[in-house]
Amino acid sequence: MARDSQAALVALNRFGFGARGGASGDLINAASDPRGFVKAELSRPNGVLLEAPGLQSTPQLGQAVFAYQDQVKQAREAAAKAGAPTEAPPPQAPSDQKPGLRRNLSLNAAATEIAGQMAEAKPTDSKPADTMAKPDTMQPNMAAPPAAKPAPQPLNVIQKTFRTEALARLQRATLVECGFTERLVVFWSNHFCISASKGELARIWAGAFEREAIRPHVLGRFADMLKAVEQHPAMLFFLDNQQSLGPDSRAGQNRKRGLNENLAREIMELHTLGVGGGYTQEDVTSLARIITGWTFAGRQGGLGTPGSFAFNVNAHQPGPQVLLGRTYEPTGLAQGEAALADIARHPSTANFIATKLVRHLVADDPPQALVARLRDVFAKTDGDLKAMATALVDSDEAWKAPLTKMRSPYDFVVASGRLLARVPEDPGGYLNNLNLLGQPLWSPAGPNGFPDTTAAWAAPEGMKLRLDIAAQMGARLGNNIDPLDLLEFAAADAASIETRRTIERAESRQQALALLLMSPEMQRR
Amino acid sequence: MIDCVENRLLTSRRGLLLGGASFAAWAYLPKFARAADGRDPRLIVVILRGALDGLSTVAPVGDPDYAGLHGSIALASDGAHPAIMLDSFFALHPAMPEFARMYRDKHAAVIHAVATPYRDRSHFDGQDVLESGYAGPGRVQSGWLNRALEALPRGERVSSGLAVGPTTPLVLRGNAPTVGWAPVALPQADDDTAMRLVDLYRHRDPALAMALSQGLQLDKVASGDDMKPKGGNQVAQMRQVARGAAKLMAADDGPRIAALAFDGWDTHANEGGPVGRLAFLLGGLDGALAEFESGLGERWRDTVVVVATEFGRTARINGTDGTDHGTATVALLAGGAVKGGRVISDWPGLKLANLYEARDLKPTTDLRSVIKGVLQGQFGLSDRVLAETVFPDSASARPMKGLVA
Repeated sequence: MARDSQAALVALNRFGFGARGGASGDLINAASDPRGFVKAELSRPNGVLLEAPGLQSTPQLGQAVFAYQDQVKQAREAAAKAGAPTEAPPPQAPSDQKPGLRRNLSLNAAATEIAGQMAEAKPTDSKPADTMAKPDTMQPNMAAPPAAKPAPQPLNVIQKTFRTEALARLQRATLVECGFTERLVVFWSNHFCISASKGELARIWAGAFEREAIRPHVLGRFADMLKAVEQHPAMLFFLDNQQSLGPDSRAGQNRKRGLNENLAREIMELHTLGVGGGYTQEDVTSLARIITGWTFAGRQGGLGTPGSFAFNVNAHQPGPQVLLGRTYEPTGLAQGEAALADIARHPSTANFIATKLVRHLVADDPPQALVARLRDVFAKTDGDLKAMATALVDSDEAWKAPLTKMRSPYDFVVASGRLLARVPEDPGGYLNNLNLLGQPLWSPAGPNGFPDTTAAWAAPEGMKLRLDIAAQMGARLGNNIDPLDLLEFAAADAASIETRRTIERAESRQQALALLLMSPEMQRR
Repeated sequence: MIDCVENRLLTSRRGLLLGGASFAAWAYLPKFARAADGRDPRLIVVILRGALDGLSTVAPVGDPDYAGLHGSIALASDGAHPAIMLDSFFALHPAMPEFARMYRDKHAAVIHAVATPYRDRSHFDGQDVLESGYAGPGRVQSGWLNRALEALPRGERVSSGLAVGPTTPLVLRGNAPTVGWAPVALPQADDDTAMRLVDLYRHRDPALAMALSQGLQLDKVASGDDMKPKGGNQVAQMRQVARGAAKLMAADDGPRIAALAFDGWDTHANEGGPVGRLAFLLGGLDGALAEFESGLGERWRDTVVVVATEFGRTARINGTDGTDHGTATVALLAGGAVKGGRVISDWPGLKLANLYEARDLKPTTDLRSVIKGVLQGQFGLSDRVLAETVFPDSASARPMKGLVA
């Protein structure tokens, strides 16, 4: 087959995460058989899984948080006994920066003092003081000159885990051949997002949630992914379902507490039917009742292994429930599973998912014919996501639509790393850049995830920050590379004359690299 | 590779800042800004994302059903943390002493039982309606504030920008150019590189050329030392963003019209009463209003700050000492130009039969009327422009008169 560099850009940038530099030959391979290049990954469903040394299961990580919280508590009590100053406003309401700092610093000091005693009690960590720092609040005040900066605080188990998970994901994204399935992982992870900023459990579970609930089903069935997501402790925590009690359940009666409809609403609005998908407020409340009792086992383990999904029959609302016109008999956990299975194959779900996929992979304004085709594939295959992905690759629209979508910040940093053929060893720089560009990893502002439109990512301030970041990369790495070689890897003869000329005429290799990373060929997909 | 940012500390803090708040401003001065009468109006729109519980912000303590419905989190005019009585019926949350002072000075007002035309309970559609100014949710890519700007006579370009974070809030997105600024600790690309890239974009990608050019123009005034974000917590960040916005807007050549958004108001569980989570956030908002007042100095006299949210929350607390998505809520106005000292409300009552769908405070005032009243009072926009362009198909929501002194 003739080489088609323009189609290679579609294969590499629209479907994948960009061409890898070095000896990968990605562009040439993609240009010879663009569709085959993309589809190759679809035949390796196990390749989507992410297993690496040091990555732990959700229950293990939950237990690590419980142990960490116990240690913090002990440290606080020890400090109080020792007469150290203790200012402890309620955890959700630190009243001001300074008291917050003081509290944590004194906490840390106390922790260090007694660290020796605890070293042996700790299950997962060999360095005693490591688990005591608190995220975000431990850093010295900005006003302090950098020279006077004290030694950085060691990371606690939550921060460490977050970075380990981030690194594993970034390495996979950098190394993988095309990146289509990794793109699908990121898409589904954002569709079913949680936010690490919800709290310590969400932060430590963010990576495990994706590995356990998303990856196994990216080329599987939507209904299976839906069930895995809604029963994952991270999601139950993120959308408060562990607090929701059936008003007539034993726990609800005893504790005089009741429903929280947060998760139920977002299941229908954001995960399946979509807004306007044909459900009412009554349906939201009904689903909330149906999934009461869906929780995770706490530190005492009364409901099962601490940190694992649990169905708490004592919190479950008794009786049949009517949802979307159908009655669900009181079958305990099975009641909710039956409801989810039906919602998963609802026509509105097919439409919602098809629309979002086409928006992500083709255009902000999704071509309706392609949406309709995907909707049919979803309906006919009972939500087979591999069939959906294949239909996208087989479509003409995906290959003909101009490359006008803006790379998201995550796309941008990953594509840059791939082109520069640098395997990340420390996630810190990536995480900082994602924060700067408004897409902090696994931490969207709301349960609707990060936006997926060009308008959101091509804003003035965002573009300027991208340039600043590209200039930093150029300054640091430009010395050792030939930007024109990189341009060959990235776009070859699909590069515009203007881009090529701009790079050729740059005043330095550093500048040339910055301009290449910012070129339309690297920014659009 | 991308671990190129030397100062992790600064940038990660900035990331935090942007995570909790963002703002943007119009790139031009209104032409009448320096007109002979000396009035130089400023407008700041604050969007509270997540749906503010209006019944906990300005509590109808005089309504016999309020305490029962709001249960464990209800405010009261007595007790350890008494709410601040605004009149004989409504009481302000005790976390807002600065707003209370402005109210007493007649520079702050409350509009209660207010809602946009949106009647479902999705945050995202609700925010779309609130910010787009259209009667229903849709994929509109422009906001009412931007369209209001298009109707204003355009004067000089502002020389100091402010804003945004990497994204512009929908309310200010659209054809009228906006500027952005964010407190940057990252070393910046040099001008030559930037100009070469703008040149490339001009030839190959005009949309990116425009975005990047705007992004490059900003800064200066805002980049003073005290503009660097200090806060590690959300309240400090809210104050910080407000202080930065006020500093830029106080300048003679600074922006006159800006929008910012604060996240985090979705209080489904453990919302808290006089103290607790919502109290904490309201304290941050109160602090931000105080920062606007002090930072704008003389200009506060001509300023209106509008605080609005996508919808309210259930009148009755849910099973987890929080509130679920509801309908009507409050809008707040603050500023020297506000004809304040009033709670404006056609109070619907909280009897079950009076609640919207037997669960939410019933809307009796259209939020668009409030905003139209402010836009008319501050900038003299006509009824027609407001009803057709700024808020399409909104003729029935007449501008509220007399909000601006």
